[in-house]
Amino acid sequence: MEMLRDENWVLSVGTFLPMVGVLLLLIVPKANDQLIKMVALFTSIATLAVGVFTLFKFNFDQAGSMQFVAENKWIPLIKSSYFIGVDGISLPMYVLSMVITLLVVIYSLNHIPSPGNPKAFFILMLVLQTGMAGTFIAQDLILFFVFFELVLLPMYFMIGVWGGENRQYASLKFFLYTMFGSALMLVAFLALFFKTGAESFAIPYLVENGGAIARNVQIWIFAGMFIGFAVKVPMFPFHTWLPDAHTQAPTQGSVILAAILLKLGTYGFIRIAIPILPEAAKAWAPYIGGLAVIGIIYGALGCLAQTDMKRLIAFSSVAHMGYVMLGVSTLTDFGMSAAMFGMVAHGLITGMLFFLAGSIKERYHTLEISRLGGLLTQMPRMGWILGMASMASLGLPGLAGFWGEFPAILSAYNPADGLNVTVFRVYMVIAALGTVLAAAYLLWLFQRVAFGEPKAEFAGGAHGADDHGSGHGHSQFEDVNKFEWIAWTPLLIAIVVFGVVPNLLFSMIDPAVHGILAGFKG
Amino acid sequence: MIAASEALNQLSSGWFLDHAYLIPIVPAVCFFIIILFGKRLPMKGSEVGVLSMVASLVLAGGTAMQWIDRVNSASEGQFISPVVHTWNWWQIGGMKFTIGQSIDGLAVIVLVVVAFISTLVQIYSLEYLRGDRRYTHFFAALTLFSAGMLAMVIAEDTILLLLGWEIMGLCSFMLIGHWWEDGANSRAALKAFFTVRTGDMGLLVGISMLYFASNDWTTENLGVSGFSIRGISAWALSGEPNSTVILVVSIALFIAAIGKSGQFPLHTWLPDAMAGPTPVSSLLHSSTMVVAGVFLVSRLYPVFFTGFDILGTGGNFITIIGGITIVIAAALAFVQNDIKKVLAYSTVSQLGYMMLGLGAGAWLPAVFHIFTHAFFKACLFLGAGSISHSASHHSFDMKKDMGGLRKVMPITFTTWIISTLALCGVFPFSGFFSKDEIIDNVGNNGYNTFMIIGLIGAFMTAAYMTRATYLTFFGTARGASAGEHHDEHDAHDAHDSHDSHAAASPHESGLLITVPLMILAVLALSSGFLNATPFGEKWELIKKWVEPSSAVVMETAPGGPGHSAALSLPKAEEGHHESPCGSETPEEGVCYAPQLQHAKFKWSKAAISLGIVFFGMLSSWFVCVALYTKKDKRLVGLTQRNGALRAGYKLLDNKYYLDTLYENVIVKAIAGPIAAGAYWFNNNILDGILHLVARVSRTVSGWVYRNIDQRVVDGTVNNSGRATRGVGGILQPVQSGKVSQYGALLFSAAAVAALVLVIINS
Repeated sequence: MEMLRDENWVLSVGTFLPMVGVLLLLIVPKANDQLIKMVALFTSIATLAVGVFTLFKFNFDQAGSMQFVAENKWIPLIKSSYFIGVDGISLPMYVLSMVITLLVVIYSLNHIPSPGNPKAFFILMLVLQTGMAGTFIAQDLILFFVFFELVLLPMYFMIGVWGGENRQYASLKFFLYTMFGSALMLVAFLALFFKTGAESFAIPYLVENGGAIARNVQIWIFAGMFIGFAVKVPMFPFHTWLPDAHTQAPTQGSVILAAILLKLGTYGFIRIAIPILPEAAKAWAPYIGGLAVIGIIYGALGCLAQTDMKRLIAFSSVAHMGYVMLGVSTLTDFGMSAAMFGMVAHGLITGMLFFLAGSIKERYHTLEISRLGGLLTQMPRMGWILGMASMASLGLPGLAGFWGEFPAILSAYNPADGLNVTVFRVYMVIAALGTVLAAAYLLWLFQRVAFGEPKAEFAGGAHGADDHGSGHGHSQFEDVNKFEWIAWTPLLIAIVVFGVVPNLLFSMIDPAVHGILAGFKG
Repeated sequence: MIAASEALNQLSSGWFLDHAYLIPIVPAVCFFIIILFGKRLPMKGSEVGVLSMVASLVLAGGTAMQWIDRVNSASEGQFISPVVHTWNWWQIGGMKFTIGQSIDGLAVIVLVVVAFISTLVQIYSLEYLRGDRRYTHFFAALTLFSAGMLAMVIAEDTILLLLGWEIMGLCSFMLIGHWWEDGANSRAALKAFFTVRTGDMGLLVGISMLYFASNDWTTENLGVSGFSIRGISAWALSGEPNSTVILVVSIALFIAAIGKSGQFPLHTWLPDAMAGPTPVSSLLHSSTMVVAGVFLVSRLYPVFFTGFDILGTGGNFITIIGGITIVIAAALAFVQNDIKKVLAYSTVSQLGYMMLGLGAGAWLPAVFHIFTHAFFKACLFLGAGSISHSASHHSFDMKKDMGGLRKVMPITFTTWIISTLALCGVFPFSGFFSKDEIIDNVGNNGYNTFMIIGLIGAFMTAAYMTRATYLTFFGTARGASAGEHHDEHDAHDAHDSHDSHAAASPHESGLLITVPLMILAVLALSSGFLNATPFGEKWELIKKWVEPSSAVVMETAPGGPGHSAALSLPKAEEGHHESPCGSETPEEGVCYAPQLQHAKFKWSKAAISLGIVFFGMLSSWFVCVALYTKKDKRLVGLTQRNGALRAGYKLLDNKYYLDTLYENVIVKAIAGPIAAGAYWFNNNILDGILHLVARVSRTVSGWVYRNIDQRVVDGTVNNSGRATRGVGGILQPVQSGKVSQYGALLFSAAAVAALVLVIINS
């Protein structure tokens, strides 16, 4: 694989800039709320600026090559090096993580969840950003692992400290479940290292030499990685930490979790597991695909059973990540590109939905669907945004969600050579059935939350039953406020833009995906 | 081939044809203008909506004129290639997704109809929805709705088709649920979207399969992808497709059409969709949305033609569904008291005719029926709206609030009668020329049973429309139309805020309503003459303009827009239909449309169906007079007294229990026990296993600690042990009981991992 080493400082700066913010925050006195917020805001703006700079400097004609590559000695003892770079697969996720962090910081400016303490909250968020960005640029397995684990702690504390009533249980479940997966993943990494001659942890090196490992050994190594990544995605049946974590996490945590953290798992499959172990990937693909479609249907059914809006959105992630994994499991360039698009789209859309859930909860102090209703009457703007996000989530063409879903279904019709075509075509039909269920749970949610008249307990204000004219009187609820607009508008615009011009993303992803699948061509 | 090129003329084209893609783009852009700025405009955005539709209409009209020129510029039997423009949309994995327009006769006729009806409906809505609380929003959604349909019609590829299709689904959700404060309306909106979406599964599967099945062939022979509708059509007729694959594709696509076009058994959303404002019903039922399914079948006709072997058998999936739909929907129309529901079931039934026609090889009559039906059905719906708006105080109940309106609403009455006669298929109204053609051709192509079903349907149509007409316009005035006022109106438009009308007695509606009605009535009367088969070939203009001449030889892949290197061969012999493409086979050329034949019009055959229609009208009229006006004792309450009739009435009244099946059985089961079961599995089995593992690990580690660590190891590493306990003591307050559980889980996991490593390395 060709490597471009120009401007190789950008990635390190982009990744570790948040740590500078963390250091500054450590100095700022705890009481100085304004200053803390400003430092966090400017750090994330600066980080995103570096990200955007990276985007401009990125050579899109060579999106398939690693760019901004930097390689330095790190832990020579175990032959691990500080080896970073981005290609068309990493870059969208790398930049997305920065965008989401910035939006979450903006949202947090006036939405610090109880019990407060913005200083600690922002510090954790910035640490989280470094971990996420680092995971996407790491080209060395140990480095990857370190960043992958670095993400865990801040999220653990975010849920455990700022979470809902059942936060202790949820945070521990999240932490230990992921640790469990990570342990197996690390074992797999080590096995891979030894089996390729204990030469290097560098991913390009392993991609070159991994194919030579005997098939049955590959399958075992893949199993370790599979569990590590599948827990993170999460795939059925390793998903049970997700609804708890999402439901208990503060809004900011949910957004980051949905938008970025889940993608670490799918990214791991695409970047590490599949290219390094092609034979094993082929052996595992039907099972991954099977679990993916089970996840699609199962997640949708789980959604239908929910009475809590946030938990419903959390379960919808299980279903949507099912489409992503279905695309991955086809092992075709088409399916992988669809999966990558699906990752970005899901990040934008589900992130948006979690923002909405947070703001609704803040106003009504409940997310119990049966108690909500008439959102459109009381907060028309928020209601329509919810409508748009729901439509995007159920895969309406013209919005971003469609381009993750439809191509994934399409790709299942023709999986890679050597995979059982009949099995995947059955998956295709089941996945298509999932779109119907998605429409069902999302629209049902929208109908119950947004349509109708507000329930008596929230009606209040001057709104009366006789009000059938144009005006609605005053409601005591504040519609979308300034901070929310600033945080949400970029997401809404991105959902529409990627929906209308999917090529913006596909042109970046596509060449890189070819590289990933190079091992399958021979 | 070179000989054939001598007969080839350069096809004319023009600005409108080349820029037909603007037709959907204009309203789509206007949608955003209305949404963003509509509230600040003097007419609250409605003017933008109306203007955008007028612009689309002008563009569509121009396109139609130039298309006719193009047809005229062709030599005898020459294939009139569509005007194609494509742009690259995106590409992945070597697949190129293009988006573009493909304008041919079918596209032109539907474009004109959609733009025309949309314009009239928007003008009508200016008055009908005046003062509505979401006036701006209504016009925005209406405009986007039309844009979706127009986009679907010009689509060159299945992706754009899908896009338009889904946009319509979204807009129907918004418009049916326009008055969403009322639970019934929002449920109807949900039902419409969801039912259609169930069918859409077929569209997703069908498009995917078509792409992969045809892509190699189309790329090689035509240089287009497997998403291109032209490519797919040619592939379907090339003799190449595997018969199973194309059969499955046809079934999948037709399921989508069933959902969208309200065919049995997914028709149940259509009558409920009456919850939306009347202009929406009118638009939805005449030219957009429900026609989309029929359009899908006629657009991808070669696929269905080959898949179902349409000229080869005496019955197939399409004709069976179409035939069932005609009869069961017509039967339901008899038991409705709501005038809009009568019309709704009538639409379902008429869509059944179109499907039957398509299924039986009567492509052109079916397309022509889309055309004529749009005018008279839009007119009927707008007429019903006019009554509720000005006479019956927003009620649509014929039995309670109507009757005797012919005197107070002369214009509405006249237009209604014209449209009703057109719907029933009375000569010389437009429905006669299209519906009778369908029935005639269905029989001519060997589908005799279905021809009889068609005739039965014609009888029923005449009868239920006579009943509706009688109840509305004849007899004595009742309820609101007699000047009574309900304090609490229970009709759909209860939210409508026309309070100025509340106190007024029944009167004729204003010009914004009656002018569209009159225009539509004129067309309901005259549009049939555009393809008046009884008067000979000269009158068959639509046939000339719309029907693709089928036998085509393509030397190379089509080049630029309108410059396809199309060569022509003479049309296949009349009646020769062994090979779908006339006598042509793929090695000589490519064929885009199947060769179909047309039944010869005979007055004797027409007389039979006309007789049936008149008989239906007369018998219905006498029953109505006896039942509703004279209250004949033998008829009143007959459905209660006679057991068989009672059972039949109950079946109809409950809509064949389909809604019960869907809502109470299927939906309830999935949303209830099945979803709850899955969730129970999640909480009790999956999490249960997790908790069990944690508990076992804790027990095991506890045992290990007590028995091994404390007894064996403790003695030797006393110091470190104490240190460990010290740390543990510090951590203790932080930890809940679960911590140690999970800690144990982690370590057992690591143990498993180590085991894996050992196995691998052994």
